[in-house]
Amino acid sequence: MRGLIARKLGMTQVYTPDGKAIPVTVLHTGPNVVIQKKSANGKDGYSAVKLGFGDVKKLEKDGEEPRWRMNAPRVGVFQKAGIENPRRVVVEIRVDESELDRYEVGGMVSADEFVAGMFIDATGTSKGRGFAGVMKRHNFHGAKEQSHGTHENFRHAGSIGASADPARVVRGKKMPGQYGDARSTSQNLHVIEVIADQNLLLVKGGVPGATGGIIIVRSATKNRSTKPTGFEPEVPAE
Amino acid sequence: MNVISQIEERYRRSDIPEFRPGDLVRVHVRIREGEKERIQVFEGNVINRSGGGTRETFTVRKISYGVGVERIFPVHSPRIEKIEVAAFGRVRRAKLYYLRKLRGKAARVRTRRQRKGNV
Repeated sequence: MRGLIARKLGMTQVYTPDGKAIPVTVLHTGPNVVIQKKSANGKDGYSAVKLGFGDVKKLEKDGEEPRWRMNAPRVGVFQKAGIENPRRVVVEIRVDESELDRYEVGGMVSADEFVAGMFIDATGTSKGRGFAGVMKRHNFHGAKEQSHGTHENFRHAGSIGASADPARVVRGKKMPGQYGDARSTSQNLHVIEVIADQNLLLVKGGVPGATGGIIIVRSATKNRSTKPTGFEPEVPAE
Repeated sequence: MNVISQIEERYRRSDIPEFRPGDLVRVHVRIREGEKERIQVFEGNVINRSGGGTRETFTVRKISYGVGVERIFPVHSPRIEKIEVAAFGRVRRAKLYYLRKLRGKAARVRTRRQRKGNV
């Protein structure tokens, strides 16, 4: 398991040499800084790394001690680790105990954690759609028939249950409500290209959330294989 | 957006000539038949250009054995061997969908010898 914090820069389209157009999302992984390592043998009892991403503004005024635009406890996390610049986003990523040695507190982790051809999961906050009806939120079909007497009922859900038995609505019944602006993961996205010097990942397809949103990129939990991306040189199996 | 246009720049083709809706073009398309690859020419009027960046496409319409045929090509597709602009058209709109309703002489696009305005 490998992970990174990234920012979604938007989508575009690339062509393989044989002419296939691939829709890709561009993710900027900044470098991530390692803040802490947790070991199963230590007091944490499980293995993980804590990563930081995103700049914090430094406030420098004459005659004043420079401060960070971030509260002291959050800055302290970084000071304790001996990292000079605090980061805006802190995420802990579970890592195999055997892989812990790859990381070093204060060190950087960048896009080359991943290789073109492998699969990743992307976790982000989906676009908020507000209080949405049942057609948008749960893909209900709405009214099948819009004439023959249908009145003000085009986008309704229909019946929500039976009658005296059970005399209640079953729990979890799909109804209108807040849709989006929730944590969401897209699984098994194909890594098309890794641009290491610019810290960019090109991932096939969409990723949750708006452009500019924070995305946690992890190696896919389900698909551990690799697949050629159609670009030369062919990707060696990891 | 800057980084995205940088990435797109790598996939954008610089060898594609300037052409507009109304122009008569010959599109040389690489076609793969089993193992063999050959080039087919699709000649017709450009009736549409849409999209931007690497996603830009154009539509070419021709009359083949009396039947109107339209093909949509991505401008920057590697499958396009080359595009020849055979004639410049004199048209007054960006989308020439009205040609679909016209037959024969009426469906012609007036040509002009030189490109007018900013090329």
